Amino acid sequence: MDWLNAIVQGMLLGGLYALFAAGLSLIFGVMRLVNIAHGDFIVLAAFLGLATTTALGVHPFVAALFVIPAMAVIGYALQRGVLNQTLGDDLLPPLLVTFGLSVIIQNALLEVYSADPQKLNAGPLEVTSIPVGGLSVGLLPLLTFGVAVMVIGGLQWMFYHTALGRAFRAVSDNQDIAQLMGLNRRHIFGLAMALALAVTALAGILLGVRTSFDPASGGARLIFGFEAVIIGGLGNLWGTLAGGIILGVAQNIGAQINPGWQLLAGHIAFLVILAVRPTGLFPRMSG
Amino acid sequence: MSSYRVFRASKASYIAAAFGLIALIFLAAAPWWAGRADMRLLSEIFLYLALASLWNLMAGYAGLVSVGQQAYVGFGGYMLFAMTMFGGLSPLVAIPFAGLLGALISIPVAMLIFRLRGAYFAIGTWVIAEVFRLSFAQVSALGGGSGSSLPAKIVTSMADGREAREALSYWLALGIAVVVIAAIYRFLRSRNGLALTAIRDNELAAGSLGIDIWWMKFVVYVVSAALTAMVGALIFLQKIRISPDAAFSVNDWTAFVIFIVVIGGIGTIEGPIIGTLVFFLLRETLADLGTIYLIILGLVAIVVMLKAPQGIWGVLRSKFDLQLFPLTYRVQTTSSNKGGEQ
Repeated sequence: MDWLNAIVQGMLLGGLYALFAAGLSLIFGVMRLVNIAHGDFIVLAAFLGLATTTALGVHPFVAALFVIPAMAVIGYALQRGVLNQTLGDDLLPPLLVTFGLSVIIQNALLEVYSADPQKLNAGPLEVTSIPVGGLSVGLLPLLTFGVAVMVIGGLQWMFYHTALGRAFRAVSDNQDIAQLMGLNRRHIFGLAMALALAVTALAGILLGVRTSFDPASGGARLIFGFEAVIIGGLGNLWGTLAGGIILGVAQNIGAQINPGWQLLAGHIAFLVILAVRPTGLFPRMSG
Repeated sequence: MSSYRVFRASKASYIAAAFGLIALIFLAAAPWWAGRADMRLLSEIFLYLALASLWNLMAGYAGLVSVGQQAYVGFGGYMLFAMTMFGGLSPLVAIPFAGLLGALISIPVAMLIFRLRGAYFAIGTWVIAEVFRLSFAQVSALGGGSGSSLPAKIVTSMADGREAREALSYWLALGIAVVVIAAIYRFLRSRNGLALTAIRDNELAAGSLGIDIWWMKFVVYVVSAALTAMVGALIFLQKIRISPDAAFSVNDWTAFVIFIVVIGGIGTIEGPIIGTLVFFLLRETLADLGTIYLIILGLVAIVVMLKAPQGIWGVLRSKFDLQLFPLTYRVQTTSSNKGGEQ
């Protein structure tokens, strides 16, 4: 029963990892940009949630209504102001600029909030659980998983059924021709980053409600998201959800064997998949 | 009839070599003129210079952008501790062995992460560093998550007396920096160095000329891992204390190193040297600002990357056509009516 419990909890945790990964996957798909500061943006969103809940005294989920648009605006401004200048054939500029951003965000948060771990208080929701066939499933992890499924379903629908999604796919396939067809790729990239950071905001709030966070906890979130993307296969959003679930289950099984092995087990699962299926389980495009 | 000659060295490179030699003799004599604090700072500068030069070899020449070199820094440090504490080796013997083990472990790592391309390769190297960190945190003989200190008898066995020990550790740091830069310089001037430069300039064209790109990158990765592990062993020989978080810190051993290379000028031997000097100058003047200093450092790196991606040395070089470490060939035509110099 402990094992079944570990697997079920791991699957639900995978939903959170898929949310970490969705933003990463989206911007890589649209503009081949890998954002090293992605994890720090997740943590930034959690801190913005903290600032909103303390300033207005509202529930973290209400704070999300402020944090999501705020992060989207930050994303658009960042893309138009800085990141668009780094795009091109050379790999280094986007990597180094986002690496610089990561250091700036971490230290700015450290300056304002110190290194103390913080947490968002969601009240009784945090401890409510539902009995399911002998197991007791937390309402919050279940909710997180549901949000992840809805976000990924929504992104998938947006990509294939809306004008914006068509624009995203067009600039992804060929920037120059998309530009000739009247799309302004700088604006499209800005929208993609805005959407990615909006998803990131949601991930940050859910992270902050689930566990404590501090300014230095971004790196690990980036790595979990990245592993979910690679396990699932590049360019496949549902694959990313599967990747997140595999990662979450591996971590929980590792923790079940030895509490010190939780993170290590997740990384090892990733490396094993990289060794046997370098393109991930369900690849849609090549890196 | 015009003739021509091909040469590498220039007047600037001869002058630089002369100054470099004088500076080296002066620095080697530091135990006789510098205070203890100065020697510690200089040692740290040399070790960062070595790390930056190695990262530059990987990213600037082989196109291997790693954000996980802390894996080998920490690995080298831990190997030094393990071999001296449990193997009974002298630290001086353990340092090259740490390098050898670093090379050995980097082989399977390279085979695995070379499957990832570009930026995903970068994050993949970070995952490896995390695996190393979490694994060493599980080894209770080395202090687990809280780490351990080098026993006093190992430290004192290095040399007689404190002054001799400090001088030795200073010379080791200076020595590794000189060895790393000299090795990179020799390598880049060789046939393989030319192949590597070709890969840097255009991977597709280099491949079509028959260069085995995978193999070249693999060799660079393994050699860099070995030397980085030796630098790591020296870093933690100076610190005398090691813990997983300090040994595998992404900020200390990779972020700073990347900023040094970018600010100084990526893809040149001179760049990391200038970048290291600028980094320590900034650090010594702004250190009181704490986290603000790191924010400034990040901003400087971003601005340099956007406005002058070739870094300080790249700007200087394009203005004055300078090359202190002569790598490229230059052709000079000497027409016959201008006198028969050659």
